[in-house]
Amino acid sequence: MNMRKKPLRGLFVSHRKHTRDMPTEMMPVPKTVSIIMSQHMGPPCDVLVKKGETVKAGQVIGGGDAYFSTPVHASVSGTVLKIDEIIMPNGDRSRAVIMEADPEQVFHESCKPPAVHDKAGFLEAVRASGLVGLGGAGFPTHVKLNPPNPGQVDTLLINAAECEPYITSDYRTMMEEPEDVLAGIKAIMKYIEIPRCVIGIEDNKPEAMQAMAELFRNDDSVNVCKLKSKYPQGAEKVLIYETTGRIVPEGKLPADVGVIVVNVTTAAALAAYLRTGVPLINKRVTVDGGAVTRKKNLLVSIGTPISAVLEYCGGAKGELKKVVYGGPMMGLAVYDLAYPVVKNCNSLLFFGPDEVKNYEETACIRCGRCAWACPINLMPLKIDDAFDREDMDGLRATKVSLCFECGCCAYVCPARRDLTHTNRLSKARLKAADAKENAKEGGKPDGTETDH
Amino acid sequence: MEQRLIISSSPHFRAKTATRNIMLDVLIALTPALIAATVIFGLRALLLSLFCVASCMLLEYVYRLVTKQSKTLFDFSAAVTGLLLAFNLPVTLPFWMAFIGCITAIIVVKQLFGGLGKNFANPAIVGRIVLLISFAGPMTNWAIPALAGTGTDALSGATPLVAGVTAGAASYPYMSMFLGVIGGSLGETCTLALLLGCVYLFIRKIITPTIPLIFMGTVMLASLALGADPLHQLLSGGLVLGAAFMATDYTTSPTTERGKAIFALGCGLITVAIRLYAGYPEGVSFAILIMNIVSPHLDRLCGLKALGGAKP
Repeated sequence: MNMRKKPLRGLFVSHRKHTRDMPTEMMPVPKTVSIIMSQHMGPPCDVLVKKGETVKAGQVIGGGDAYFSTPVHASVSGTVLKIDEIIMPNGDRSRAVIMEADPEQVFHESCKPPAVHDKAGFLEAVRASGLVGLGGAGFPTHVKLNPPNPGQVDTLLINAAECEPYITSDYRTMMEEPEDVLAGIKAIMKYIEIPRCVIGIEDNKPEAMQAMAELFRNDDSVNVCKLKSKYPQGAEKVLIYETTGRIVPEGKLPADVGVIVVNVTTAAALAAYLRTGVPLINKRVTVDGGAVTRKKNLLVSIGTPISAVLEYCGGAKGELKKVVYGGPMMGLAVYDLAYPVVKNCNSLLFFGPDEVKNYEETACIRCGRCAWACPINLMPLKIDDAFDREDMDGLRATKVSLCFECGCCAYVCPARRDLTHTNRLSKARLKAADAKENAKEGGKPDGTETDH
Repeated sequence: MEQRLIISSSPHFRAKTATRNIMLDVLIALTPALIAATVIFGLRALLLSLFCVASCMLLEYVYRLVTKQSKTLFDFSAAVTGLLLAFNLPVTLPFWMAFIGCITAIIVVKQLFGGLGKNFANPAIVGRIVLLISFAGPMTNWAIPALAGTGTDALSGATPLVAGVTAGAASYPYMSMFLGVIGGSLGETCTLALLLGCVYLFIRKIITPTIPLIFMGTVMLASLALGADPLHQLLSGGLVLGAAFMATDYTTSPTTERGKAIFALGCGLITVAIRLYAGYPEGVSFAILIMNIVSPHLDRLCGLKALGGAKP
């Protein structure tokens, strides 16, 4: 594309894509599921069912009027055992519907292909599908596809980089459901009126690149862009820069530079919904790590406890030390195996003792490796320093608010400092300080955003 | 749940290189020069080096113990300081004087300022400067290399720089200077061994070539411009040791490449100014010390611009 631009920094981390050639297996419906009401970025859904109620698969059990909220559907048919409160791995609390699955699975009568004729109908269908960004962020898809400046968006960017080690679920989507990928992309381009599409794929997936190029060989409006296998190519801002050369300015959205980024699995899931009317109730999950007996790519009912997935994969091999929800660079460590799979979960990693090291933080030697690694040119050593000194103005000047927590800085730090975590805390502290400032100036107090 | 799971913040994997690996790589890079020093100046060079390494490590250990701070002995940063300090001493220096240099470096410059990563100047450089000013005689009593054989009598007790300044002419053949068979501090004379170590650090990506190349390049170009022999300036004194191993200290040099370039340029210009115009024959350590102090300011001026970051 733009050949003059300088490639961003970042890291070459080992890919560990052990499961890339493992076709997706459908995991049988588990005995119980717990379906969380907060599976998207935005206010949690209200529970729409009661204890003891009989529910069918695909039925809406969580909803709300808030624009940023996405409905939650029952992933199985069965009975509501209880409405519980769950502490999520990020520390937030959310209500959850605990259901016992029936032996016989039936779909709810609402599961029929939606009639879509125009943009409004399309966006309504996207919302009804329960889709959120399946790459990990969980941003409601109907919000993303409805930017305030639709006329200025000229590029649909399909994120198929899958730059995190281990994870192969997006790759399997491209290999197993190419027609859905095609249909999803064409539907978005048609209804949102975006003239061109770029699919960004890391060059460690030549088969996927070939499959996508083959799929769109007669279509000049869709191009495959080969990306270097360099972490974090799949981070939104990085992907936009590497494929289009555009830079998303601070405080702006991708749409402001004419781009909408959609994960490849999200596009495929959207097409599947338009085709069948079955909302997002299953998710493809890569199961890997040294402490799981059988590595797999699994299609799992949303709400399936991690323990059930582990059991289905042959249980733990040796001692289980750490369970990571997502990839090793950005994923969350889970404290309890009862925690369920949610919509934007793309992998479950089970690590044994030799894969989990307890690092001791030592003094920063100012080597600058964190700054060499940061894809967006932040200087984590300065952030760390300002944070320690509680220097809020200094912290603001470091632009830490731009950090998307890819983990490169902490990964390379020879002093083993938890730089990514410090960035996270710094962002939260700045936000709190700004909210306080706003309140003082007589403005309205900050809402209860749960932005991570 | 019986099993206890570890919870930690992402990323869940870390690169292999830790602080200790970096310091070990620096020690490995200094080994050819240590071997060369032992061959050129005899066993006392090795003994004095080991004495400084042991003293620095001991001082660091005792200080951290007494002040109840975390043990940092095995990050080997104190060993690097000790070896670099020894490289800056004449082989004949009494051990007790060397010990005073170690105290200056480890206690005064490093630990009193907060330990590793907090020192304002390179500890070994300040150790050397304090010794040079306190014990001017013993610190400039340059032994004649055992290997140089006879025929160097005329130059006993003088480094090429001193000779160059006083006699006004190049004193040694370039090859002797390149191999280090000349008078000088024990670790600074063998340019060949130092360059080998420097290239090792480049290959291991411990340092970038910015500082060594610009520092040495500036000295050579400025010498040429001012009528001195550039090659003689490069091969004599502590330039290569300073440019490759002392000016590249992470803590006391700027973080960004732009900052490093300005830092190295300053080091080079100050070195030439002192060598050609000031009272001291050698200016590398003073140049590095001055630029160490400027370094935080360069860091502030030469930050990176965040991608998409708005102007404040």
